Amino acid sequence: MKIVLTAKGKSWDSKIDPRFGRTEYIFIYDEDSDKIETLNNAAVVSEAHGVGPKTAQKIFDANADILITGNGPGGNAKTVLESGNLDIYVGASDMTLKEAYDAYKNGKLKKF
Amino acid sequence: MKIAIASGKGGTGKTTLSTNLSSFLSETESIILVDLDVEEPNSGLFINGNLVHQEDKFKMIPEWINNQCQLCGNCQKVCNFNAVMKLGKRIMVFPELCHGCYACSELCPTNSLPMKPKRMGELKHFKLGNLDFIESKLIIGEEQAVPLIKQTLEYVDKKFPKDNIIKIYDSPPGTSCPVIEATKDADLVLLITEPTPFGLHDLKLAVDTMKELNKNFGIVINRYGIGDDKVLSYCKDNNIPIIAKIPNDRKIADLYSDGKLHNKVIPVVKKQLEKVRDYILEYQTKKMK
Repeated sequence: MKIVLTAKGKSWDSKIDPRFGRTEYIFIYDEDSDKIETLNNAAVVSEAHGVGPKTAQKIFDANADILITGNGPGGNAKTVLESGNLDIYVGASDMTLKEAYDAYKNGKLKKF
Repeated sequence: MKIAIASGKGGTGKTTLSTNLSSFLSETESIILVDLDVEEPNSGLFINGNLVHQEDKFKMIPEWINNQCQLCGNCQKVCNFNAVMKLGKRIMVFPELCHGCYACSELCPTNSLPMKPKRMGELKHFKLGNLDFIESKLIIGEEQAVPLIKQTLEYVDKKFPKDNIIKIYDSPPGTSCPVIEATKDADLVLLITEPTPFGLHDLKLAVDTMKELNKNFGIVINRYGIGDDKVLSYCKDNNIPIIAKIPNDRKIADLYSDGKLHNKVIPVVKKQLEKVRDYILEYQTKKMK
């Protein structure tokens, strides 16, 4: 499974970025190969409109299966993510990435 | 002669001034009042005219046709608003984000994104004596005010092409795109503010915006008597004319909350509106010379 987390940094100790569209990093963990890939999402800072679908597109293109985030995506982003058959889990706002991943594994995050 | 009434801060009295000034001026001449705050127009609460015309307004947005698309992704590259997106083997359009610029449609090599009309709101035209009142309203969920403001102004210009008639534009609050659209064709902008720190803060933003647009503008202070005198000193220091001061008066608030105009019943207001009228007429005379 490919898990995507919205993150404020590039390591497991970084905090979850509660914002979806304007998340600082996109942290991609491939469970099968145990590999991590991070995408810097800083470019969205200069965008006034449509950052939700833009961020969602990056996640769509990464072929992810699961998204773990804080507040959850807005309507347009949700439309994009749904077309990629992705399950979304929210409520990980104050956690580190590691804590959020464990919480997801233990069924403690809310499905969006 | 086009006069936009704008404010920066919301709730300072744009609609109060627009409707009362229009009503006052229409006692002696033909006036066009246009509510351009299309996200939440409220001038209509105070003007009970006869509906003479109504029409739906549409904006053009692209619609993806699958059969010839080569998925080159050019459409998403040329879109400045992330309104067109390539997702795997399809192109997705987000109508609320689209600014209707035609770029994706025109530059598509296979004509797979023809533009189609989408209803965004409606325009209504009322008549009350000498007063023509036009208002437009966005439908719920529509995010963009600018296209509807633009089409409303086009309607007004077509219906009333003569320049000597006074047109009053009740503008949206703030200093962003909708305000720019509502004020950019105006000959004169009246900025209405309240004499409070919040009022002054946003007044400065509005003044900066009008300077950037090279607009002629003056200030009307509403609820004069509350707050402090910093708006007065700001205007003095920056040589900005203060056209009128409408006093803070509970009776005005009472009438407003009942959806009633107060220019005919409160003499001090009438006096201030006379000052606004004189300023407008003087400006008009200067302009004609």
